[in-house]
Amino acid sequence: MSAALALGDDALVLSHRLGEWAGHAPVLEEDVALANIALDLLGQARVLLSLVGDEDELAYLREERAFRNLQLVEQPNGDFAHTIARQLYFSVYQHLLYERLAAGDGEFAGLAAKAVKEVAYHRDHAEQWVLRLGDGTEESHGRMQSGLDALWRFTGEMFQPVEGLDSTDAGFDWQTLEGSWLAAVTDVVDRATLTLPAGPRSGGWAAGAGRQGLHTEPFGRMIAEMQHLHRSHPGASW
Amino acid sequence: MAAVTAHQTTQKTLGTANAAGGAGSTAAAGETDAAAADHLAAFDAAVAADERIEPRDWMPDAYRATLIRQMAQHAHSEIIGMQPEANWITRAPSLRRKAILMAKVQDEAGHGLYLYSAAETLGTSREELLDKLHAGRQRYSSIFNYPTLTWADVGAIGWLVDGAAITNQVPLCRCSYGPYARAMVRICKEESFHQRQGYELLLALSRGTEAQHAMAQDAVNRWWWPSLMMFGPPDDASSHSEQSMAWKIKRHSNDELRRRFVDICVPQAEALGLELPDPDIRWNEELGGHDFGAIDWSEFQEVLKGNGPCNEQRITQRRRAHEEGAWVRDAAAAYAAKHAPAQTSPRTPASASASAPTSASAQHVEETA
Amino acid sequence: MSSSTDWPLWEVFVRSRRGLSHTHAGSLHAPDAEMALRNARDLYTRRSEGVSIWVIPSTAITASSPDEKDSFFEPAGDKPYRHPTFYEIPDGVKHL
Repeated sequence: MSAALALGDDALVLSHRLGEWAGHAPVLEEDVALANIALDLLGQARVLLSLVGDEDELAYLREERAFRNLQLVEQPNGDFAHTIARQLYFSVYQHLLYERLAAGDGEFAGLAAKAVKEVAYHRDHAEQWVLRLGDGTEESHGRMQSGLDALWRFTGEMFQPVEGLDSTDAGFDWQTLEGSWLAAVTDVVDRATLTLPAGPRSGGWAAGAGRQGLHTEPFGRMIAEMQHLHRSHPGASW
Repeated sequence: MAAVTAHQTTQKTLGTANAAGGAGSTAAAGETDAAAADHLAAFDAAVAADERIEPRDWMPDAYRATLIRQMAQHAHSEIIGMQPEANWITRAPSLRRKAILMAKVQDEAGHGLYLYSAAETLGTSREELLDKLHAGRQRYSSIFNYPTLTWADVGAIGWLVDGAAITNQVPLCRCSYGPYARAMVRICKEESFHQRQGYELLLALSRGTEAQHAMAQDAVNRWWWPSLMMFGPPDDASSHSEQSMAWKIKRHSNDELRRRFVDICVPQAEALGLELPDPDIRWNEELGGHDFGAIDWSEFQEVLKGNGPCNEQRITQRRRAHEEGAWVRDAAAAYAAKHAPAQTSPRTPASASASAPTSASAQHVEETA
Repeated sequence: MSSSTDWPLWEVFVRSRRGLSHTHAGSLHAPDAEMALRNARDLYTRRSEGVSIWVIPSTAITASSPDEKDSFFEPAGDKPYRHPTFYEIPDGVKHL
């Protein structure tokens, strides 16, 4: 069950962050696009959390330390380039992961098969924008590079084994997944005339912390906002 | 069979599906008074016969200007209208409600886009319209200058504000200008979910705990009168109504639509178990409709003048999103210029026949989603 | 105050299901064809309205002029023999 929680929390938290863009996107077409991605992720979150228990109890009544999402997805939106960097790192990971889950015969095969089509589109959206921002103007190149750099340190965590996903019947190992991810991200970054960040991706306090329920400061404020109304009316239905 | 004049042939090269404005306007060079009179007669006859006016048809300049003003205001209302509801996306109290609200706010962005593109068929551009909005030279619906203070406001907006908008908009599906009418057909189809979700949201609150019920009643108290104002000033004080009715841009008067809306809402409020904040509402047997209390038009005028609770906040946020997005739009344009495919010549016309377009810059995709 | 680059306008055509032709759905702005296609997907097929999309730069379309309506389209109006209803067939004759 911890695997469903981990994947469900990733989708829930990233969907929330993308929802914060509503009405603030750089162009109306992008308001529509980001909302589409947020809605796909929220749909995935609801299916995954429902495997564990009541979706609303899990989303609204857990304390910060009980969330199992990656620290990457809880990072604040920043500017559009920052958001796109987060999208690139996560959607490539999610796409590769769900492809493998869909191909296996584990308990997530069915939902991964459905979600993988959505995620392929998220990945394409992120890649298209990394190319345009990286190879656009001097300003956009600089912003895209700093987005990639700033979030790089959160990407190692994605490949810490998640209990319940790496059972032999799922047919993959985390090292191979990481290799594929690095190759895919490097390819996009190169084509976008950007530089792959050089800093550490693992080791130290950051590795695997989100999956163990250790989050970053902005996450506490994020769930305070998310949960406030629900918690203010105990037992109410909406 | 009319001979093709030199003036007419030049128009061919201007042609796009969204032809540049002015091509068919009275300003066209060399047009005689007699030709202008012919055009006007043809236009009047088309409107009288309930035919649609299409982008490249001749139309009076004032008709074009009225449409641009109205469609721009409508489009601006959709995108400014995203703000009061987006205010609650991050606090929606259940995941189901959160998904619904996100989809709704997204629809509003979509509706804004449909309307801007319909307005562009008249020879203006979205950039120009947005500039006018940001400079305060074009309006959006005053209703969005009220704040969403509680979760119940999301429901009240769906039920009352979207309800009033639908009452206003359904007749626009038959508006004399083709692209506007077509955009409205699409919008009205999508809007019906907006109103129903709002009603359902309020119903859940009204039947919920005491605190939830009070929250719902408070929201209805605050949104009822502003919703009635959405139909515009009373008929005897409306500056644009008469001409718009003659042109069939508008099909019913402000007061007529307002009355219809009250008649729809009274039984709906009863079913909700909520009260409308107007002690003067009562059935008028003679009229076959409801009487209702006097609207405080001084409040309407104040909000219109910019003195509503959120005028400044709404326009500031819109401007900021636009300005902060400039570098993104510039980047994508710069990328497109760098990577533009070499122009193929001559272009294959966009034919409606079996094959996909072959023009280098056109793209197609099968079964994307 | 505004960005100097106004993205070009694209016309969007959507095939609602296999077996039908693409029909004009509306227009949108995008910096290039690839993004136009993606924006069209997000904007015009949110409710499963399509299985295939074309996007065409608006400037690439040449339209007939309303002023040529008479010379373009009226000549077809007096040729009723192109329509099957023009011909009288005795009652009872089938498969015609």
